[in-house]
Amino acid sequence: MPYLGSEEVVKELRRALSNPNVQADRLRYKNYITKVIRYMTQGLDVSALFMDMVKASATVDIVQKKLVYLYMCTYASDKPDLALLAINTLRKDCADPNPMVRGLALRNMCNFRMPGMTEYIEQPIVAGLRDKASYVRRVAVLGCAKMHSLQPNTEIDGTIVNELYALLRDPDPVVVVNCLRALEEILKDEGGVVINKPIAHHLLNRMKDLDSWAQSEVLTFLLRYRPRSDDELFDILSLLDAFLLSSHAHVAVATLRLFLHLASAHPTVQADALLRTSAPLLATCGAASRELRFAGLCHVQQVMRSQPGLFGTHYKRFFCGYSEPSYIKFRKMEILVELVNDENVSLVLEELRSYCTDVSPELAQAAIAAIGRIARTYSEKCLDILTGLLGLKQDHITSAVIQTFRDLVWFCPQSTAAVCQTVGACVDSPQDSEGKQALLWLLGEHGDQISSAPYVMEGYIDGLKTELSSAVKMELLTAAVKMFLCRPAETQDMLGRPLHYCIEEESDVCVRDRALLYYRLLQRGVEETRKVVTGPKSDPSMSVLTGRQEEPISEWASTFNTLGPLAGCDLCPQTDATSAADQPSCRAENELLPDVTLSSPDDTEEEISLSLGPPLSHETFEKMWLDLETLHRQTLGFPRPRAAPDTLQAALQLVKIQTLAFTPGDTVPWKAYIYTRSTETLILAELLQGDQQAPGSDESLVVSVKQQPVNQHAIRGFVSVLKSVLWPIKSKN
Amino acid sequence: MVVNVLSFYFYCHTKQISLKSTQLYVFYLCVSDHQDFGYIQTTSTDILKNFIQTEAVSSKPFSLFDLSNVGLFGAETQQSKVAPSVAASRPIMSSRGEQGGKNEIFVDVIERLSVVIGSKGVLMKADIQGEIRIKCFLPTCSEMRIGLNEELSIGKSQLKGYSSAVRVDECRFHQAVKLDEFDTFRILKVCPSQGEQTVMQYQLCDELPCAPPFQLFPSVEKDYVNRSVNLSMVLIFLKLRCDLPPKSTALNVSITVPVPKGSTSMSQELSSPDQTAELQPKNKALLWEIPRFPGGAQLSALFKVDVPGLSSASLLEVGPVSMSFELPKQTCTGLQIRFLRLSPTQTGLSQRWVRYVTHSDSYTIRI
Repeated sequence: MPYLGSEEVVKELRRALSNPNVQADRLRYKNYITKVIRYMTQGLDVSALFMDMVKASATVDIVQKKLVYLYMCTYASDKPDLALLAINTLRKDCADPNPMVRGLALRNMCNFRMPGMTEYIEQPIVAGLRDKASYVRRVAVLGCAKMHSLQPNTEIDGTIVNELYALLRDPDPVVVVNCLRALEEILKDEGGVVINKPIAHHLLNRMKDLDSWAQSEVLTFLLRYRPRSDDELFDILSLLDAFLLSSHAHVAVATLRLFLHLASAHPTVQADALLRTSAPLLATCGAASRELRFAGLCHVQQVMRSQPGLFGTHYKRFFCGYSEPSYIKFRKMEILVELVNDENVSLVLEELRSYCTDVSPELAQAAIAAIGRIARTYSEKCLDILTGLLGLKQDHITSAVIQTFRDLVWFCPQSTAAVCQTVGACVDSPQDSEGKQALLWLLGEHGDQISSAPYVMEGYIDGLKTELSSAVKMELLTAAVKMFLCRPAETQDMLGRPLHYCIEEESDVCVRDRALLYYRLLQRGVEETRKVVTGPKSDPSMSVLTGRQEEPISEWASTFNTLGPLAGCDLCPQTDATSAADQPSCRAENELLPDVTLSSPDDTEEEISLSLGPPLSHETFEKMWLDLETLHRQTLGFPRPRAAPDTLQAALQLVKIQTLAFTPGDTVPWKAYIYTRSTETLILAELLQGDQQAPGSDESLVVSVKQQPVNQHAIRGFVSVLKSVLWPIKSKN
Repeated sequence: MVVNVLSFYFYCHTKQISLKSTQLYVFYLCVSDHQDFGYIQTTSTDILKNFIQTEAVSSKPFSLFDLSNVGLFGAETQQSKVAPSVAASRPIMSSRGEQGGKNEIFVDVIERLSVVIGSKGVLMKADIQGEIRIKCFLPTCSEMRIGLNEELSIGKSQLKGYSSAVRVDECRFHQAVKLDEFDTFRILKVCPSQGEQTVMQYQLCDELPCAPPFQLFPSVEKDYVNRSVNLSMVLIFLKLRCDLPPKSTALNVSITVPVPKGSTSMSQELSSPDQTAELQPKNKALLWEIPRFPGGAQLSALFKVDVPGLSSASLLEVGPVSMSFELPKQTCTGLQIRFLRLSPTQTGLSQRWVRYVTHSDSYTIRI
C-alpha cells in the first residue's frame, strides 16, 4: 500500500495541518484536508495524521466535518486507541443543536468497525431514536442494524426491537422504511420482520408517501402477509391497483408479484393482473436502458410460461434492433419462437432469416436453431430457409443447419425425406466437431435414404487419423456400424478400417472400448448387432412434451421480480423432460443401452420392449390423461398387491414401468398411475380397485390404458408385462 | 430489480458531478446521503442537493446521453455512436445572460423510433417510444402547466374521425403530475423540482402517423472483373430518399450495409465530399455516413466491393441495411407542446425552451 515517498508527503501534510497560520485560514485548511482525503482514496497510507485530523473536526463547516469523519471511519480499525479519542468528539457532536451535525456524527460513529464500539454507540442511538429531527431518526434506526452487525452473535436486544416496531408509525416515510430494513437485518435469524395485520394495513396506507425504491421494498415485505378473509384481500388489491401501472417498472413488477402471491387462490384475478401489467412490461422491453430492457424480457419470458398468448399480438415488439447487444437478441429470439402462430409465422421466419447472416457466429447459430424449433410445427417453410442457408457455404452456418436438421428429424419424422434429400445434395461438410457429429448421426441413422452416404462416410474414415475430437470418432464408429446394417454391400469394405484403427492405434480409452464393443458385437452376428444398435429413429412423443404447455402461475410466481429469471436458474421441472432430448450428445449413448426385452409368460408369441425414456411431469401426465381416450380396459383377475409402495414401485421400475402416483395405504378406491414407453409410443395407465362406478373393481384390479400414438400390439404387451409383475407380488402376501 | 437500482444510481450522480479527481469528495458527499448501510435513503435530487454544501461544484448541465455510456454488461458499441445528440444538448448558452444563467427551464420531447421496412418498401414494424423531460434550473417554481395538442387521443378506442388527430397507444406519468385538466384540455400540471425528471412516457406501436423518414432503393449485382482468376465484385447501388418536410433536416445519418464474407476492398462513388464511406471487414459491413440530409432530397451512392471467390449465394449476405440518424425539431407522433406556463409568474427573467428530437433506436431496411 505505501507508495514510494509517502513519508515525505505525510510529513509535509502534517506540517501544514499543524501550522497555526494555515489553521487560521479556513479555506487553506480545508484545502489541505481535501488533499489528505485525496491521497487516502488513492491508496496512500495517511493514517499517521490521525491526531491532526481529529482536531480538524472541531469546526462549524459541515463539509469539512464530513470529510474528517470519512477519514476517521477509514482508519479507525487501524488505530483503535486513537479512535477512542475521536469517539469523544463524535459523542459531543451528537448533542449539537444542528440536527444535520447530530445525524452525521451518529452515522459515522456507527460506521466505525472496531471491537467494543457497542458500549459507546448504544446510548447515542437510543437517544437518536427519540430525536425530534427525522434526519437523526433515520440515521439512528439504521444505526441499530449496524450495531447488530458489529456483534452478530449476541442476543437480540428486545427493547430496541420494540422501539423499532413502534417507530413504524413514524410520520417520516424514510424512517418507516428504514425501520423495516433494520428489523429485517436484526431479526434475520428469526425469519425477519413480522408483518401482522395492523402493520400491513399501516404500510399499505403509507404507500403513496414513499419514494419508488421504498415502494418496491415495502411491496416485497408485504409478501409475508396473508389476508384473513377474501374481503380483506380484495380491499388490499384495490388499494394497490394504481401501482400496477406505475411509471417505474420496478414498482409495477413488484406490485404484480404481490398480486400473484396474494391472489393465488383466484386465477381470474391473477390473469387480470397479468393482462393489465402486460403493457408496462412491454414498455420495459423497449426501455432506453439496455439492462432494464433485458430484465423486462426475462420477466416476459416468465409470464409466457403460463400465458403464452398474452403477448401474441405484440410479436413485432420482440424483433431485434440491429444495435442491440447479443444478450438481448438471444432473449428476443427465444420469445419469438414461443410466439409463433399461423398468422405471423412467415413474418417471424423472415425476421429470423435475416439474423442468420449476422456477423456474430453465435447469434447466427442461435437464429438457425430458433428456425429449427419453429420447424417442428411449420416444417415446410423452415426447411426451405434452412436449405437456402446451406448455399451460403459458410462453415458456422452449415454446421448449425446440419445440427438443426438432426434435431428436427428426431422430433418430427415426417420431415426426414426432405432433410435426407438436402443433406445428400449438400456438397461441403461442416468443419467443427459438433457439426461433424450431427452429420455422421444423420448418415448413420438415415443412410438408407441418402444415396451418397457411403461416399461421404468414406471421406471421414479416410480422415480418421487426423481427427482430433474423440466424440467425432465415436460417432463415426456408431454411424459406420449402423450404415453397415442398412447398406452392407457398399460399407463392408470400409467398416474394417476404422475398427482396426481404433482398436490398434487409438489412444483414447473410450473410443477404443467403443470399437471393441462393436467388433465383438459383429462377431456375434449381424442380427444380434442389429438388435442392439438400431433403436427408434425418432421420438414423436417428444414433440408433445416440448410443445407449449401452460404452467400454473404458482410455478414461477415465487421467483418473479428476483434475480432468478435474469440468471435463468429457476429450472422448471419440465425442462428435465426436454433436456435429455435436447442434448444430442447423450442420445448416442442412450441408444447403445439395450432395451429390456421381456417375453410375457402368458402369451409367448408377443414380444414387447418397454423403455423408461425421459420422465414425465405430473402436469404433463395429467394433461395427456385428460386429453386421451381410454383404449383398453381389462380386469386383471386378482386384487391389488398389498406390498409397500416402495416394493411395488421398484418392481415396476424393474420392467421399465414408471410410477407417477399412488393412493396411500388402504384407501378405497385405491388408484395408481403409471406410464412407460414402447417403440415410438407412450403408454399411460391407471390401476383401480374398489371404485363403485367401475364394474368388477370390488374384487379385482382394473387397468385402463391410454396411449399416444395408438399401437394395439404394444398395449397387449404392456398388459401382459404388468400382469406378470403384479401377480408374484400379490401372491407373496 | 437490481439493474434498475444501479442504473438509477448512476443516473442520479452523473447529473450532479463532473468526475474530476479534485472533486472526488463531492461524490462521497452525494453517495453518503444517497444511501446508508447499503439502503437507498433518497433519490430526489432536490434533497440531495441540500447535502452538498460546497461552493466549488460546477454543476455541469447534464447531457441526456451520458446515461447511454453506463453499461452494466460491457462496452457500448453502436449506441454511443448514435446517441450524442447535437439537438438535445445543443448549447443554448449563447443567450444565457449573466444573471439569467439559472433562470431556465427546458422541456424536451424525445422520441425513439424503431422501424423495420420490408424488401418491397412495405412498413413491417414501427414503434415509437417517447418521453417528455423537464430540465429545470429555476430557483423556485410553484407550478407549471404544460399544454399538449388538444386533439391528442390515447388508446386505440378513442380514435377520432378526422385524420389529423395525434394518437398515442399508452402513456404513463410521473407520480407528481396532476392530471385534473388532462382529460379535457390535455394540460399537465407539474411542480418541477430542480434537476431533471421525466414527466410523461408514451408509446405508439405498429403504426406511424407520418411516412417513414427514409426510403431506400437498393440494387445489388454481381460483376466479374476477370473470370479466369476468379476476381469478382459486388456492385451495390443505393438510392436513399429522405421523406421529411423540405424545411427540416436529418443529422448524422449513417447507413450500414452487410457485405459478403471475405470482402477485401471497396471503391465508392458518393455524391458530395462531406459524405464518407468505409469498409469494415471485421464487421462484414460497409458504413456510409452523411452528416446532413435535407428533407425531400435524394442521395445515391455506388459501392464496388471486391470479393474473391464470390458465389451466387453470397449475394444473400447483403442486407438487411440498418440506419441511424437523428431528426431535430421533429416528432414522429406529431405530439407538440402548445404552451408552457409558469404560475405564479416568476419575478425576473425566466427562459422557457421547448425542444423536439427523434432518434433512431433501430431502423432496418431489408433488401
